[in-house]
Amino acid sequence: MTETITFKLNGKSTTITVDGDRKLLWVLRTDLGLTGTKYGCGRYLCGACTVVIDREAVRSCMLPVREVRGKEVTTIEGLAKGDQLHPLQKAFAEHGAVQCGFCTPGMIMNAYALLLRNPKATREQIIAGMEDNLCRCSAHQRIVKAIESVAAR
Amino acid sequence: MGKTESSIAAKLDRRDFMKFVGGGLVIFFTVESPAEAAQGARPKGFGFGGPGGGAPPDVNAYLRIGEDGKITVFTGKIEQGQGNMTALAQMAADELDVPLESVHMIMGDTDLCPWDMGTFGSMSIRIFGPALRSAAAEARAVLLEMAAEQLKVDKGRLKIEKGVIYSGSDRQSRVTYAQLTKGQKITRKLEQKPAPKPVSQFTLIGQSPVRVDAIEKVTGKARFTGDLRFPGLMYAKVLRPPAHGATLKSADTSEADKYPGATVINQDGLIAVLHEDPEAAEKALDTIKAEFDVPESTLDENNIFEHLVKVAAKPQELERKGDLAAGEKASATLFEAEYLNGYGAHASIETHTAVAKMEGGKLTVWISTQTPFPAQQEIARTLGMQPDKVRVITPYVGGGFGGKSTGLQALEAARLAKITGKPVQVSYNRAEEFFYDSFRPAAIVRIKSGVDANGKMCLWDYHVYYAGSRAAEQFYDVPHNLMRTYGSWMGGGATKAHPFATGAWRAPGANINVFARESQIDIMAARLKVDPLEFRLKNCSDARMRRVLEAAAERFGYKPAVGPSGRGIGIACGIDAESYVAEIAEISVDKGNDIKVRRIVAAQDMGVAVNPTGAIMQMEGCIMMGLGYTLSEDIRFKGGKILTANFDDYSVPKFSNLPEIDAFLVRNDDLPPKGGGEPAIVPVGGAIANALFDAIGVRVFQMPLTPERIARAAKNA
Repeated sequence: MTETITFKLNGKSTTITVDGDRKLLWVLRTDLGLTGTKYGCGRYLCGACTVVIDREAVRSCMLPVREVRGKEVTTIEGLAKGDQLHPLQKAFAEHGAVQCGFCTPGMIMNAYALLLRNPKATREQIIAGMEDNLCRCSAHQRIVKAIESVAAR
Repeated sequence: MGKTESSIAAKLDRRDFMKFVGGGLVIFFTVESPAEAAQGARPKGFGFGGPGGGAPPDVNAYLRIGEDGKITVFTGKIEQGQGNMTALAQMAADELDVPLESVHMIMGDTDLCPWDMGTFGSMSIRIFGPALRSAAAEARAVLLEMAAEQLKVDKGRLKIEKGVIYSGSDRQSRVTYAQLTKGQKITRKLEQKPAPKPVSQFTLIGQSPVRVDAIEKVTGKARFTGDLRFPGLMYAKVLRPPAHGATLKSADTSEADKYPGATVINQDGLIAVLHEDPEAAEKALDTIKAEFDVPESTLDENNIFEHLVKVAAKPQELERKGDLAAGEKASATLFEAEYLNGYGAHASIETHTAVAKMEGGKLTVWISTQTPFPAQQEIARTLGMQPDKVRVITPYVGGGFGGKSTGLQALEAARLAKITGKPVQVSYNRAEEFFYDSFRPAAIVRIKSGVDANGKMCLWDYHVYYAGSRAAEQFYDVPHNLMRTYGSWMGGGATKAHPFATGAWRAPGANINVFARESQIDIMAARLKVDPLEFRLKNCSDARMRRVLEAAAERFGYKPAVGPSGRGIGIACGIDAESYVAEIAEISVDKGNDIKVRRIVAAQDMGVAVNPTGAIMQMEGCIMMGLGYTLSEDIRFKGGKILTANFDDYSVPKFSNLPEIDAFLVRNDDLPPKGGGEPAIVPVGGAIANALFDAIGVRVFQMPLTPERIARAAKNA
C-alpha cells in the first residue's frame, strides 16, 4: 500500500511516498540513491545492510520502510561532517581495517551504534558486538583494533 | 626529442591514440613471463576495442605522463580488496619520483586498457609489477633527456624531486614533468628494460601509506557494480532451476505479465522479470509457475569422494625423482594415508553483479569480475557482437577469491539490455550466489611415504585428485619422489566428475595439498618420536624454508616436544606464488570437540615487500579466512541440488573465531616482490590439524575438522 512516510535521514527531514512494505535497504539504494548501504544476504545474517535508527544498529534488508516513520536514520553517508571523517571512519582507514570495502559501511555503522551505547567498550565487548557482521576478506583483527582505538579515547 | 619514436610506436595510428589518451608521454609495455604466457594468448581483436584502438597489439599495459604532469597507469588488473591499486601506484610513483597522489590507476576497462587475462594467482605485483617499474624507469629516462636538452646541462647532473627536475643543486634551474610533457605527443614502446632503482634508493616501495581506496570505502562513496544508477535502470530477476542439470519443462508467466510495472522476457531459455524496483522484480518472478525435469542423483557431500576416485582421469606424472621401488626398499618405516576436503564456496559479501547498457550499437557492461577481458570475449560471442562493440568496465570488486573469474550474471544482463534496449542490472541474491558459485572442488590426496633408519625421508609417492599440483612440489629432501595428478581444480577432466561448476578458490588446490603433506610430515615425526620442527629441519635443506620455519619458531617461543604433547601446538609450511610461509598454531579443544584457535604466528618471505602493511593485511586475511576451510566450511548438496543457501548453513569465520594473529615478514630484499594474496592461506589447515593431534592425540584426515569428525576419530583411535 502506498503511504507517505516522513523521517529524518542523515539529519535532514525526508518525506517519501512509497509502498510501506518495501524494505528500507532497497528504498535507500534505489529511491534515495544512498548506495553505501549494501545487500549481502537478505536475511539478517551478514550485517552489510546495517544502518543506525534512533541510536540502534538495525539491519535494513528485511525492515519494512514504514517502520522508520518519525525516526532518525543514519547511513554511512551521514556519518562524516562534511570533509571531517567520523573517528571510526578515520580509524578504519588508518588501521587497514578495509580490504574490498563491501562490508565496511555495515561494519562502521554497527560499531558506531556499539560505541553510542558503550563508548568505552572493551575488546571482548567489541568482539561480541560485531559478531554478526561478516567480513570475507577477513580483516577482523584490524577491524577490532580500529574500533578499540576509538573506544579508548 | 618530441620526434623520437621507436619502430613499433611508428606503426600505430599515433594521432588517434594520443587524441584518445590526451597527449603527453606514453610508454607501452609488455609483461613477459612464463606465468603470464601460461594464462593464454590474447585473442585477436580483443582488448582496446574502443577509441584506444591503435595501440600496439602486444602490450599489456601503458602509463602516461599527462600534459598536467600527472601519471596514469592503464592496466587490465582489478582491485578486489587485495590492495594492488595502492601497491602498483607506489611502484610507479617510486620509480618516477613523484608523490603517490600523482599516480592514478585505471583498471579493468576493456576500452582503455590493453588485454589482460585476469587478476588471480597473486600475479599483480609479482608478474605485472616489474614491467610497470621498467616502464616507469623508461619514462623517467625520457623525461631526464628532455630536461637535459631544455636546461642545457648534462643528464648526469639532474636530480628529480616530486616530479620536478633540478639542475644539480641549482634550485632555480628547474623544469617540471608538466612543463616537459605539455604539447607533446610522444609514444614509446618499452623494448629494452632499463634497470629500475635498486632497493637502496626506494622512497615509496617498502612504505605503507594508507590505501588509496580507503577513504572512498569508509565513506560509502566507493562504487561497486550494484551501486551504479542510470535513468530508466531496470532490475532483472532470472528464473533459476532447482538443481544443476535440470531442464525447463514449462513455465507459466501469465501472473508476472500482469504484475504492475513488470516486463517479462522469455527468450531462448532465459526467463526474467524486469522492474524498476528490485523487490517487485523478485515478487513478480515468484508468481511464475515453472516445472523442471531434475535428474536423479544420489551423490552428496559424503559419498562424493568414492565417486570422484572412480571417474578420475588418467594421472599425469609430475616431478619424478629417483625410483619409488628403491625408496620403498630404503624405508625403515612406511606411512600411508588419505586426505579429503569437500566443496567450498567463495562467499564474497558482494554477490555477482552486472549492469549492461546499450547505446548506439555499443554495449557497455559493468561487472564485478576478476576477468574483464575474457568476460568481454564471452559476451561478444554469446550476443553475436563484434568485440569492439562490447566494453567491460570493472568498478571496485567486493571480494573475489577466484569466484569472480566466472559470471553468468554478466551474460544475462548483456542479453537483457540488448533485448529491451534499457539499462539492466542482474545481481544474484545469496541463494543464487551459492548455487552458481564455482566451488573449490572436493579433492583427495593419497600419500605413501617412508623414512630410513636415520630418520631421513626416502620415499614420497603422491597422488592428488582434482586439486592439481599447486604447492605440492616437494621441497623436503626426498631422493625418491613421484607426484601424480588426476584432473585438477580447473575441472575434472573430460568425465564431468563434479555435479556442478568448480573453479579456482584462493590458492587453488594448494590448501588440500599442504594440509595433506604437512599432516603426513607430522605423522612421521610423531611415529619416530621426534619434535615436528626438528623433523622438518632435518629433512629440508631449502634455505628460504628453513629461515621462515626458524623465524616463526623464534617469534612463537617454540619449545620442542614430541607429539602429542597435550599443548595443542602445530606447525605447517608451504610455498605458494614463489613466497615461503611457515605458520605455528596454538589451539584448545573443548569437551564438545570444538576447536578454538588461540594464536597463529606466521612468517613469510615474499622478496621485497612493496607495501609491508598491505602484505601483512593479506597474510592476516589469509589466516582468518583459512580458519573457515579448516574448521567449518562445507557445501552440502544432493546431486545438482545445492542445499547450502545462505550464511546460516555455511559458516564463515566470525569475530569470536579471531585468534591472536602475529603475521610478519622475513625480510628478503635480494628477491624481487613475490606473491602476497594467497601464500599465507595454504598452511592454515595443516597447522591446525597438527595442533589438534598435539592437543588430544587424534588425527583427522578430512577438512573441515568438525566436532563430529574429531569425535569419530577419537573413538576409533
